[in-house]
Order: sequence, then C-alpha cells, then structure tokens
Amino acid sequence: MKITALIPALPLAFMSSMAFSQNIDVQVTNLTHGLHFTPLFISTHTSASNLFEVGQTASAALKPMAEGGSIADLIAASPAGSVNSENPVGGLLAPAITSPVVSLDTGANDKLSIVAMVLPTNDGFVGLDSWTIPSEAGSYTIYLNAYDAGTEVNDEVIDTVNGGGDDGIPAAPGGDAGMNATGVTTTESNTMVHIHRGNLGDTDLTGGVSDVDSRIHRWLNPVAKVVVTVK
Amino acid sequence: MKQFNIRTLKSGALCLMLASTGLLTACGSDDDKDAEMASFEITVTNLSANQPLSPLAALLHDADYKAWSIGGMASDGLEVLAEGGDNSTFISDDAAMLMTSASGSAPVGPGGSDTLTVTADLASVMQITLASMLVNTNDAFTGTTGLDVSDLAVGESMNQALPIYDAGTEANDEMAGTIPGPADGGEGFNAVRDDVDFVARHPGVVTQNDGYSSSVLDESHRFDSPIARLVVKRVQ
Repeated sequence: MKITALIPALPLAFMSSMAFSQNIDVQVTNLTHGLHFTPLFISTHTSASNLFEVGQTASAALKPMAEGGSIADLIAASPAGSVNSENPVGGLLAPAITSPVVSLDTGANDKLSIVAMVLPTNDGFVGLDSWTIPSEAGSYTIYLNAYDAGTEVNDEVIDTVNGGGDDGIPAAPGGDAGMNATGVTTTESNTMVHIHRGNLGDTDLTGGVSDVDSRIHRWLNPVAKVVVTVK
Repeated sequence: MKQFNIRTLKSGALCLMLASTGLLTACGSDDDKDAEMASFEITVTNLSANQPLSPLAALLHDADYKAWSIGGMASDGLEVLAEGGDNSTFISDDAAMLMTSASGSAPVGPGGSDTLTVTADLASVMQITLASMLVNTNDAFTGTTGLDVSDLAVGESMNQALPIYDAGTEANDEMAGTIPGPADGGEGFNAVRDDVDFVARHPGVVTQNDGYSSSVLDESHRFDSPIARLVVKRVQ
C-alpha cells in the first residue's frame, strides 16, 4: 500500500470521502487446468488512469508484465493516490489455486484493476480493467478473460535467454512443455490489447511448431474469478 | 434420501385414491400434515455442436453442500460421473444436507433438453446442484453447485449459462478407448487418477483436425463456454 503516496492526495481524498472510501477484500482464483499466473498486481485507482485498455496500445509498463511477468514498471507508473497490492501471492498463482484475501482501503479510488501474465504464453495476461467498486456492501463475483498485449509475436517458443527477457515464452512453470519448436508464427497482426486467441500448441515435446502442449496449455475464457467483498 | 422418495410417492398415491373415490381431503405427508413443500423444475438445454450430455443429475440441498470446488479433488461420485456419465454414485451421496435428488433417464443430445423435478419440505435455504458429463471427452462435465433458489417465488424462474469443468481425474489424451461417448465407445470410469487431481475449468479438446493425430475426436467435438443453459423454475 502506498501510504506515503496518499498524503499529497489528501485534500482530494477528504473531499470525496463522503461519497467514497471503501474497505474491500479481493480474492483471485486461477480457474485454469494447466496455466500459471505470474505475480498479481491489484490496483485501486481513479478513472484518470488504466493499467490497460482493449483496443489501445499496451503501455510501456504493461509490456514487461505481459511478456515476462515483471510488475516493477507498473508499480513505478502507478499514479499518486492509487492503493495497490503488489504480488500478494508471493510468486506464482498455480492452476485452480485461490490467492490469499487482499484487504484494501481504497481511499478516493473507485476503480479496481488487476493484471498478471499467463504462463506459458508469449504476452498473454489475465486482466480486469477499471471495474467500478460498488458503494453497496456485499460480495461481488467477476470473471476475467485472457488478453494478448499485442507486443510480442505468439511464436510459442520457450526462450529463457536473458532470464526470459528476450522474445519467446519465458517459462512453463508446470514443467510440462516441450523444446526445440520452430515457432508458430513470425507476425503479430493486432498490436493493440485484444482478447487472446489461445495457445495453438502441439503434442511434439521435442520439436514441432510449438513448445506448449495443446492438451494442457490451451484454455477457454474465463481464466480467473475475482470475488470482491465491499465491507 | 431414497426412503424419503418412497414416502412421497406413497402419500401421492394415497391422495390420488382418495380423490378418485370422491373424498376430497388435504393431502400431505403422513408424518407432518402441515409441511409446506417446495418443488423446482430444472431444465437443461444442450448448446453444444456434438457433445451429448449424460443423464442429468440434480440435487436439492442446504447451504453446507458443495459437490465440487475449483482446486478441490473430485469426489468419487463426481469422478464416476465425469469419466463415464454414470451419475448413480453422485446422486446416492447420503450426506445429511441433501434433501432429495433426481436423475434424467437418458442422455441429452446436442440441441435437446431435459427437465427434472425435485421436491422437498420448504426450508429457509434451498440450493440446487446439477451435473452432467460431456460424453465425447475424457472427463469434462458441466453443471452448477450451490445455486441458491431460496428466494424464488412460486412461478418464478432463474437461468444460468453453464461452463465446462475438468474433473482432473483422467488425462485429456483423447485416445481411442478412453472416451465413452459415440465418438469412441471407449472406457468410461477408471479408478486410476492420472491427471492433476483437482477440478478446474476445462481447456477444451484439441481433436485430430487440429494437428493431434492420435485423437479419436474430430473438429465437431470442440466446444466453448457456455455448453448448456440451465433454467430453474419453482412450481410449488
């Protein structure tokens, strides 16, 4: 939580606190059968900012998250006044696992956004963009889709060079992917953030076009469930 | 639970007999004449292209029952249902929180639908669980568990789009001999658990038309969510 960052925003927070300021609990479940999520970045913010927006170019801070799972740039780019949870799981969120409860005092923020990279993909991520936090107490369930950041070719080749910082899929944490793939494609026609078309994969673990396994690493939306409890 | 069903049937038959002899009388269960009943019609429509759904299993229960959860191990009853379409173990669960159960008499084909009715003493919390296998898969099933129908007034209905789950008890290898539906006619339930052993959303099938030459499935067996529509109507 950015407590220091809240101080400059105090006048604003005070003004709007009559209308807002909520205590919320957030819990994220990875619904998939065989995909991992990288460290979650959960942010409450105002309508003045986004972590991402469909149909728009991924920000410079979103790109390293979507391609390599790093949320450092998103944290750095988070506007003053945002109230965030950074990596609440303490690492990967494995298939079908639910995160710990993340409690946030939203202050003046009425929007909730969540992102994490989906592994193994090139630049796929699970995302929630600017969900309006209800003022009424209660439990709310949101289902999240997998998006493609549009910043990297979906060649489906696992490439750990430079710690996965190069093009390619940085890792398949389940240890169930192949190697020596020739690559599914060399182009990315939609360079805006869009709904991910899914992994193609193949069943050749020592070659073929893809290093991911079509029987394990595909998915159908939604890929995550978020439960928000407004207190 | 079975005893409950038999008792309900008997009192119904008795009621019919009395009515047919012209003796009009209030017909309730033998041990509680004033018990108010709640009855729900559960209709499932199969929205898939080529995935018959195994005979529907419906449970009426209180808030303490969940037939599965994301990340939780499938029960034996769910494994038998999801691998082979046989719901007998699933619905014979004798947990105290179950009020009653019902089973469809036949699979529900693509485009088809089936309706089950479950009836029990009215309670402050009444929830429905529904499950059925996608029979042209290794261990995919659809359904819902813990759908709260307590607030439905008589004549009211609610509906849900049903997702596809993977029981996690059988690897999705799509191989000949492992799929019980008409695509293969292979084995249904096998007690060996050779997959992740937790319930999650299903990743979909690959099929032979999408580069998996060992698959016994073809492109028509692919599916997306939702696989079925569920309508629950309170009729009593």
